[in-house]
Amino acid sequence: MSDFPKIKRMGEGAVLVEFEPEISPEILEKVVKLKKFLQEKLIKQKVEVISAYNSLIINYLLCIEDVYNEVCALLEEFSGANIDEIIESELFHVPVCYDDVFGLDLGEISKAKNLSEKEIIRLHSSVDYLVYFTGFLPGFLYLGGLPKKLHFSRRSHPRKKVRKGAVGIGEKQTGIYPQTSPGGWNIIGNSPVKLFDPGADKPCKISAGDRLRFYQVDLEEHQRILELVKRGEFSIKSEKL
Amino acid sequence: MMAQVEIIQPGLYSSIQDLGRYGYRGFGVPTSGAMDRQAAKLANLLLKNEPEAALLEITLQGPKMAFFGAAKIAITGARLSPELDGVELENNQVVNVLPGQVLGFGKRKSGYRAYLAIKGGFQTGKVLGSRSWYAGVTPNSRLEKGMKLPFLETEPESVSRFSSVKVDEHIASVVVEALPGPEFELLQPSEKEALQKWRFSAAKESNRMGIQFQEKLENKLEAILTGPVLPGTVQLTPSGTLIALMRDGQTTGGYPRILQLTETGINTLVQKLPGEKFGIKLLEYSQFKK
Repeated sequence: MSDFPKIKRMGEGAVLVEFEPEISPEILEKVVKLKKFLQEKLIKQKVEVISAYNSLIINYLLCIEDVYNEVCALLEEFSGANIDEIIESELFHVPVCYDDVFGLDLGEISKAKNLSEKEIIRLHSSVDYLVYFTGFLPGFLYLGGLPKKLHFSRRSHPRKKVRKGAVGIGEKQTGIYPQTSPGGWNIIGNSPVKLFDPGADKPCKISAGDRLRFYQVDLEEHQRILELVKRGEFSIKSEKL
Repeated sequence: MMAQVEIIQPGLYSSIQDLGRYGYRGFGVPTSGAMDRQAAKLANLLLKNEPEAALLEITLQGPKMAFFGAAKIAITGARLSPELDGVELENNQVVNVLPGQVLGFGKRKSGYRAYLAIKGGFQTGKVLGSRSWYAGVTPNSRLEKGMKLPFLETEPESVSRFSSVKVDEHIASVVVEALPGPEFELLQPSEKEALQKWRFSAAKESNRMGIQFQEKLENKLEAILTGPVLPGTVQLTPSGTLIALMRDGQTTGGYPRILQLTETGINTLVQKLPGEKFGIKLLEYSQFKK
């Protein structure tokens, strides 16, 4: 019998559910299915379900009742339900400009890895990344699937200001800074798209379980898209998987 | 009729807050809202406002502001010597303000964060269901000189005084309540004991995102796979620093989550000045079961 999922109380009104501690598409699938199940079951209550790589928090906002037993009962029901439906997901195509203006650390990675900048760009935009969750900052996507050749340690001195849209590499991860913030990742480009829109009902279109692929655009196209984004006339191309 | 308050001096750090932004943590959006929810709720209660009415959270040094319109206000939380046209006001009471009057603050007497509520609530814009200011989500993040905060004008009427007995005991309390966090059991017995025996204090680097403790714990725990965190989650960093995540704190983190402060624990902690000592009272989950 597996020890997982583990269920732990977390403060007065929240419960943490943990699956095996690993980053894998199989674990993510369990997390996303459980999240969807819980959200549907708890729709009438003021409850937030927040997920990461292998775990979820079920956060009850109003009651200090015995939330632990309620979550245990729901998990029981979930494991008995034998859900085999396929969760719908989408592939999003995200433009990135890798021009020197933006790709501040391309040269350094190129030297250290003995890869041409062209090859770095080709590799970075050659795979479909899996979206594990959103965290850290509004709209910051945790992506898995960075080609091994591009794994590169974080900068020893983080930058105080990384510009909005910066695309970076940190260890095994790659991602886009949704807003200007401090950051320690190596910056290789910039994406003009809006990943977080506080004016929309669903402020992020891309969520856990979706896939994302980068495609290269030149400086001119980057500027053109940026203008369209400002006018609210650009939407990220996507297709159902 | 819509009237407004104009900011003459912004003070140290003030922002519009309510009870927070719910349902968006999954998008990486912090909950935000009043750091001391108990004091904020009391301020709105005094004015018979909705509990989620927007108010002004004031840190240590209050702003100076002019009222263009009649208002009813209430100030709770830290005692920061508020005065209306030079006449000192008490906390926890309803005060009539006439058009043209100026509200200012003076010396701190107790606590760290005060709340200024206004009848009907400040009518600043709502984003994702909340008026709480947070950079990156709302256009403003802190009070600045010349800003105008809209409110609904009210008729002056007889005011009531609220007995302040017991309503804000948490402000003076030096005991911060906590429950074990998900990684608490991984700590050494000596570390568990230190958590409960030591006196801690907030470091200067503390803010609405997190309160960092000055005293360091020995840390032998490894990082965890990044997981969800909540306001009140206390993380232990590799260098042994304890960081209590607050209302504007990030939504996920990779440091061991050794404690989870109770709501009362959070409300108490946010009223402590940097350097002011407090202890941690570890509760058991059985105390919360019905």
